[in-house]
This record gives sequence, structure tokens and C-alpha cells, in this order.
Amino acid sequence: MRPNARTAFDRRRFLQTAAGAAGGACVLGLGLGLYARQARALPATALRPPGALTEADFLASCVRCGLCVRDCPFGTLKLATPGDTVASGTPYFEARKVPCEMCDNIPCVKACPTGALDHGLSDISKAQMGLAVLIDQEHCLNFLGLRCDVCYRVCPAIDKAITLETRHNPRSDRHAMLLPTVHSDACTGCGKCEKSCVLPEAAIKVLPRKLAQGAPAAHYRKGWEEREKAGHSLIGEQLKLPVRGRDDAAAPVSSADTAAGQSLPAGWSP
Amino acid sequence: MNKVIAPAVARPLGAEAIADKGWWLAHKWLLLRRGSQFGLLALFLLGPLAGVWIVKGNLASSLTLGALPLTDPLIFAQSLAAGHLPYRSALIGAAIVLAFYLAVGGRLYCSWVCPVNLVTDAAAALRRRLGLKGGRVPPEATRRWLLAVVLVVSALTGTIAWEWVNPVTMLHRALVFGGGLAWGVVAAVFVYDLLVAPRGWCGHLCPVGAFYALLGRTAIVRVSANKRRACDDCMDCFAVCPEPQVIRPALKGEGQTHPLILAPACTSCGRCIDICSKDVFAMTTRFNRSES
Ligand code: SF4
Ligand code: SF4
Ligand code: SF4
Ligand code: SF4
Ligand code: SF4
Repeated sequence: MRPNARTAFDRRRFLQTAAGAAGGACVLGLGLGLYARQARALPATALRPPGALTEADFLASCVRCGLCVRDCPFGTLKLATPGDTVASGTPYFEARKVPCEMCDNIPCVKACPTGALDHGLSDISKAQMGLAVLIDQEHCLNFLGLRCDVCYRVCPAIDKAITLETRHNPRSDRHAMLLPTVHSDACTGCGKCEKSCVLPEAAIKVLPRKLAQGAPAAHYRKGWEEREKAGHSLIGEQLKLPVRGRDDAAAPVSSADTAAGQSLPAGWSP
Repeated sequence: MNKVIAPAVARPLGAEAIADKGWWLAHKWLLLRRGSQFGLLALFLLGPLAGVWIVKGNLASSLTLGALPLTDPLIFAQSLAAGHLPYRSALIGAAIVLAFYLAVGGRLYCSWVCPVNLVTDAAAALRRRLGLKGGRVPPEATRRWLLAVVLVVSALTGTIAWEWVNPVTMLHRALVFGGGLAWGVVAAVFVYDLLVAPRGWCGHLCPVGAFYALLGRTAIVRVSANKRRACDDCMDCFAVCPEPQVIRPALKGEGQTHPLILAPACTSCGRCIDICSKDVFAMTTRFNRSES
């Protein structure tokens, strides 16, 4: 073979190998990217430790070292293993198994070297690990008119995160029902209520906040709150709404409505 | 596909070294290395098994004696690529690890620390014992491309991409924290090296090894073929070396005059030193270019 033919041959072989390597790596990378997309979903029973960033940021920051797990004195946290439905190696807990005891000094957060658990969280009562939802009103004993109250009593933020709301009991017609009611501004999602629910399957469950909570539309205003703020109704006092089924009795429209051009068309029926 | 260098003659690998030097000297560096690998593992396991907390965490990030943070710089880099700036503790930890391997030798990680090395060494040993030859090995450069791709995928998915599948941290986590199906991943690496590609994982695919090789250009600890004139071409070193392509320039003086193995892919495992009955190789520093 002539020398320049030989170098051309070598160059072609080199390029082929390089292309093979780059192509192979890209295929593996594509598989990795697709896997990362589908494996990032967090099941509803898995709660992140206190101070955890939003799930998307958490997966960018948690190096899966388990230092938070090691410093939790109650064995609450564990690292997911491949085969769990949680991203393998990331820390989580299941309320019904071992809930978070809400340590005052929050050792798990302090142990995190990366900031996946936000060191800005210094008051554990501000933690938002999840939100308790009384999910099964058919089986909750208090909803049946009995006095169980266990979830209420074990709540570390009793009377703030869970209150008992009194309702008339239509079944007996003479008793009250005391309904455990969770308040999102105070519930940390520690999971003590779910852990202690006396039923074989908890009627109250702690869910990731995103799953447990709706969101109000940004432009919604509550009339009663606006009236409080302004000192008077914003839409005038004489407004009368149409009476269902009695179109003829349609109320005189208030001046405020007319001004805004929002009166209902004549003959409107719901 | 790369050609696989097979032993020149069919005789047990290292038999001459054992006959000439005795079993212990013919396994000196291997035993030291196993001591280092198991010793580090023991440090991590002392906490969970015996309640003696010298080291907490795992190879991704750890805290020693409550004071010394260590963080894997590749995982740190992926976190950066994913758009997160880790806290100072992780930053210091990554800087310490980076500085250590830059100074001492990048792929020391592979042969003295990484738990997967035990798996791939076992696969290579079994392969030799069963007399399996050849296989389909991806190009050696795949691991470097994969390293680049891993950083790109981290940026695109906003996650620490390689940690979804990294057998290194998975195995270490499985040992220190409990495993689940992680053992399946480890078994896959073993079977791949045994039946599909000789030295395929560490030598051709693993982006962690490729990363530490990048840190190997300033390595102080290096192996030198300083008695290369005594070489009798038995080829045992090529057969035992996990990165056989690094030996030729130093041993045969191809493209260099000094006998130092400076290729960053050399893991400084010392197996070539053990296996050579003529004591051609020695562990030394990169400043020692002497030849005897
Ligand atoms: S606050 Fe305490 S109990 Fe809860 S996860 Fe952290 S360390 Fe564990
Ligand atoms: S300490 Fe931080 S980085 Fe480590 S596993 Fe826990 S959350 Fe992740
Ligand atoms: S999770 Fe349950 S126990 Fe914990 S704060 Fe919320 S309501 Fe209370
Ligand atoms: S502990 Fe369970 S059953 Fe009892 S009141 Fe709470 S949710 Fe209902
Ligand atoms: S050249 Fe020697 S020290 Fe380097 S990787 Fe090969 S056997 Fe190990």
C-alpha cells in the first residue's frame, strides 16, 4: 500500500471508530434522558424530608448521599432503592410507616450538604412536607358521629393544623358530629395523624401538597372579604338576583351592575 | 471493534511470577488494593453495623468525623449542569476530592476506591479461568463521549442524570444503606464484562472512570517500566492489565523515550508489577524517568 493510501485508510478507520463511540454514547444518553423523564414521578405515599426543594429542583440538587437519613433520630427517612417507585437513592418517608417527629433542631436539614433540603427552614412548624387530607369520610369514625379524635389529638399542631368542627348529626338528629378538619396554613405534613388513624387503612392521609390542594384563580375575589376591607359592598346594596324558575320575578338590577354592563339578558334561566 | 490482546501462550497467567517471587510478592499490589477497597467499605459500614460513626454518607457525599466533607466532583458537576448551585459544604467537599485526585492520580479512584472494580475484576478473572476469548467491545472513546452526554442530559432534564443508573453509587449505596434491585444492576455489569465485552465496563463505558481519567494528567503516582530491558515478552502484563493500551509506549518505547506510563487511563493498580516475573515495573512518581 502506498504511504498516503495507508494514512487515508487509517484516517477513515479512526473516523469510523470515533463516530461509533459518539453514536453509541448518544444512544445511551437518549435512553438515559427518556428513563429520567419517566422515573422522576413521585408516588403519592412518598413524602420528602422537611425543607425539601420542589420535586424538580430536588432532583437537580440531591446527590443521594443519605446524610439526612443518618441524622434523623427516629429512623423516619430512608433512601429509595432501585425497584421502589421513588427515584433510586433519594430520601423519603411514608407517613403510615414512620412519620416525622418534627424535631426542633431539624437535624436532617442541617445534615444536607447540597441544599436539597433548604437550610433556610429553621422553624419546623413552617415545614411543608405534605398536607393531610381526611380522604375517606365514609369510614372516618368521627364522620359516623362517634368520638375517635385520635388524629386530632396526636397532631403536633393540634387546634391549628387540625380542628374539630361541630356539625349537626342528621342521623340521630340530636347529636353533634365533630369533624376533623385540616388547615393548610398550619399542617406540616408530618404524617402523625395518618400513622395513628385507628382504622386498618387510614381515613386521613398525608399527600404531596401539589396533589392535595387546589389553587384559586388569580382574579377571584371573595365578596365578603372585599366588603370587610372596603367597609361597604363593592356592588351596591340593593342587588337582587333572579329567582330560579320565576323569570317573571327577575329582580330590579342594581345601579352598579348596569354601570358595568353586566346585567343578565332578559329571559335568562340557569 | 477493538482487537483483544490474548495471552501469547496457553499457561496460567502469572505462574512464572509466583514461581520466581513467591505468591505473596506476586500479589502484593492486588492485596494492598483489596485492603484499600475493603478498608474504605468497612469505614462506611462501621456506622450502620457497629454504631461507630467515623464516616457518614456514601461515595456521592460523605462526612468524616463530623468535620471533613467529601463530595464526588462528577456528581457535583452534574448538579451544576442541572441548574443547582450546591451549598458550600458540598463545594468544599468536591474541591478536596478534585484536588486529591488531580495531585495523586485520577484513576486511583477506579482501582483503589470504587466498589465496581471488585465486580469487573472478578468478571475478568472468571473470564481468564474459563478461557473465554474475544467479545464485542465498544470503542474505548465511548466513555468520554458518554461523560459529555451525561452532562448534556443533566442540563436537558434538570436532574443529576448519571445517578439514575450509576452502578458505582448504586452498589456502594446498596452495601451501606441496603440494596433492593441494585444487585441486578451490579449483576448486569458482571455479566456484561464476563460474556459480552472483556473489560468492557470500566475500560470502555463507565463515564465515572472517564472523568477520573481526565484528572489523571498531573498524577504524581505513576508506574514505570524502568527495567524494561529485562522484559522477555511473556505478555502477562498485557493480559492482566485492565487498560492494556497504556503499557506499550512505556515498555516498548513507542512514541516516548522514558519508561513512565503517563497515559491517564492507567489506574495505577499495580497488577503489571505483580505479574511480571522479571520485575520490569515499579510504582514510582511521574518525576522519576530513570531506567535501569
Ligand atoms: S424533623 Fe426529625 S423526625 Fe422529621 S425527618 Fe427530620 S430528623 Fe427525622
Ligand atoms: S442529605 Fe441532602 S443531598 Fe444527601 S440525600 Fe439527603 S437531601 Fe439528598
Ligand atoms: S400531618 Fe397531620 S399530624 Fe402532622 S401537622 Fe398535618 S394534620 Fe397535624
Ligand atoms: S383517627 Fe381516623 S377514624 Fe379517627 S377521627 Fe381521625 S381520621 Fe377519623
Ligand atoms: S499499566 Fe499496570 S498499573 Fe496501569 S492499569 Fe495496567 S496493570 Fe494497572
